[in-house]
Amino acid sequence: MKKKISSVKFKGTKEQEAKLLGVINKYKELPGAVMPILQEAQNIYGYLPIEVQTIIADRLDLPLREIFSIATFYSQFSLSPRGKYEVSVCLGTACYVKGSDKILEKVRSILHIDTEECTTDGKFSLTSCRCIGACGLAPVMTINDDVYSRLKPDAVEDILKKYM
Amino acid sequence: MEKNQAEKTINIKINNIAAKAKEGQSILEATKEIGVNIPTLCYLKGMNEIGACRICIVEVKGTKNLVASCVTPVEEGMEILTNSPRVKASRKTTLELLLSTHRKDCLSCVRSGECELQALCKQFGVEDENRYKGAMPKYRQDCSTLHLIRDNSKCILCRRCEAACKNQHVAVIGANNRGFDTQIGCAFEKDLNEVPCISCGQCIVNCPTGALRERDSCGAVMEAINNPQKVVVVHTAPSIRVSLGESFGLNIGANVKGKMVSALRRLGFDKVFDTDFGADMTIVEEANEFVNRIKNNGTLPMITSCCPGWVKFCEHYYPELLENLSTCKSPQQMLGAIIKTWYAEKHNLDAKNIVVVSVMPCTAKKFEIAREYQSAAGSPDTDYTLTTRELVRMIKSACIDFKNLADEDFDPLLGVSTGAGTIFGTTGGVMEAALRTASDILSGGPQRNIEYKEIRGTDAIKEATYKIGGENIKVAVVSGLSNAVKILDKVKAGECEYHFIEVMSCPGGCVNGGGQPIQPSGVRNFADLKATRAKGLYEEDKNLPLRKSHENPTIKVIYETFLGEPCSRQAHKILHTKYTKRSKF
Repeated sequence: MKKKISSVKFKGTKEQEAKLLGVINKYKELPGAVMPILQEAQNIYGYLPIEVQTIIADRLDLPLREIFSIATFYSQFSLSPRGKYEVSVCLGTACYVKGSDKILEKVRSILHIDTEECTTDGKFSLTSCRCIGACGLAPVMTINDDVYSRLKPDAVEDILKKYM
Repeated sequence: MEKNQAEKTINIKINNIAAKAKEGQSILEATKEIGVNIPTLCYLKGMNEIGACRICIVEVKGTKNLVASCVTPVEEGMEILTNSPRVKASRKTTLELLLSTHRKDCLSCVRSGECELQALCKQFGVEDENRYKGAMPKYRQDCSTLHLIRDNSKCILCRRCEAACKNQHVAVIGANNRGFDTQIGCAFEKDLNEVPCISCGQCIVNCPTGALRERDSCGAVMEAINNPQKVVVVHTAPSIRVSLGESFGLNIGANVKGKMVSALRRLGFDKVFDTDFGADMTIVEEANEFVNRIKNNGTLPMITSCCPGWVKFCEHYYPELLENLSTCKSPQQMLGAIIKTWYAEKHNLDAKNIVVVSVMPCTAKKFEIAREYQSAAGSPDTDYTLTTRELVRMIKSACIDFKNLADEDFDPLLGVSTGAGTIFGTTGGVMEAALRTASDILSGGPQRNIEYKEIRGTDAIKEATYKIGGENIKVAVVSGLSNAVKILDKVKAGECEYHFIEVMSCPGGCVNGGGQPIQPSGVRNFADLKATRAKGLYEEDKNLPLRKSHENPTIKVIYETFLGEPCSRQAHKILHTKYTKRSKF
């Protein structure tokens, strides 16, 4: 799927940047340094916004577009931050036949974001996942560590309100 | 292949005919040598060798799958079939699949008739362009820059533009995302005007389809020509005369200066001048600027500033060297400025009613004319700039029988030029022209040796030291920006002692510019376009009576009656410019 580019304002800290520079220095001289640097950068920031990729490009003396093409090629990288609350709707087989697509649609319309996106206030992000091993409770949605089971679309709004 | 490597000959069979090949040669090259062409799409020799498009596939006996001949080296005893039914069927299917996601508005496409995809479809008998139905996403065209338009709905993802951009050390476009979502674009899906693109247009000349094209000014120019209030003046860059003919079936490198002038008159231009005059003007200013820098301990090395792609590159990537750039405007802009000031005054014309059109081998010129500090008469020095390709389209749409036109001469005064101006169109030409003038100044009189052969030729980097007026002047000439970077990094680190450096963005200089006629990869990969076109320029130089810019009679008059001395205050006002630091990201 095409990577979505977040418009959420970058909130990186000095500490994060210092960490990133350390990572870059660690791998800089190695061939194929971009991959491990991007992986660790994502661990530091949670995603890979333009500000982070620009630092990497600058320090490695590589074109920004080359970094971007790697970040958009591998599914492990995200260009969108994780929200304070990460909403994840299971689209595994059991949940899907129990109508989890309608749950996902409901979340989308309430939060006005698509999957792999984050609300502009940075509060919610949305993903879909494939089976969290709770098929008996299908359809399932998680918000951070909270699990909501046997969901009906109408129940979604009240659940989300608890976090707003 | 490295030239000095001992070449071992091996025996192979191509289409059941015994043949010899050099070890290490690709199947594609070996086959070419026995007079059989293998079609290619993504392959650009030395630049894009990724074996991705599967058009050049061939059968190799003993190998299960078809192999990409562009990246497969020949081996002893190899038996290759380049035209078997299996090969032909595979190529046809590949083409049909490419067409399944291609916007097929061929009748109105700018590349119709010169599209490599179209040519291959014809060659391999594609009958049903809609045999497969693929996804046809709606792409937003990138029209953000002054020089090009990108339409990804015609892109076949061959990545030739990406390779060309990387070869220029710019690398702002390339394939992002993956699978069906893959598309060519900039980082973070920005428009081209938001990234450090230098407008060189090498992506366009390397694109096999209509996905990349120059922004067209033909309509605006015709409108000006048809406006009786306007005096429309055109001038053509040195390299146009040796490239224009290709588009009318003449040999590569044929000098069609006379026919070109005739065609421009038949298009309705009021005056036809020669950018070579502007080049002479540039040399007089630039050579004097150089001499002044030498004498007054100015910033050295001085670096040429006539190539707008290079100037923009310097602003983005080497802003610390902007002091080294000559402050001279390019020949296009100097001539435009002279037309709108001196020429206008002389002929009682209001500069506002003059429309200056230039024909350039270059797309970066479209950016240059909109730069700041390029309007000596209060309006832009140049109003419109056309690439060679746009001029071709104008000539064709005016039904001019180009091939059979009688030769005509440029108009007097600003159509007068010297051989020094002519060789501007190729790598090394500007330096040679500048040295011809600088050496006369530094030595205090006309020098007999005017050919600087060490800096001729299409080598990427050329260096030489000349003893001029008692000083050892060390010069370097580079073309292609990834080559320039090697020299520039040395300058930045203070590791070189050059006095003067010529930089041209495009490999080989303007003869291979981003606005030149597009030759298909099948020609580009095997013919030396740069050298063949450049040859025509050196021949013209050799046969001209005047070969030093400062001997140009009109230029002498302009200094005597209008500008005063070279590099005078007045000359600075009209012929010099300033640069801006720009972001690297």
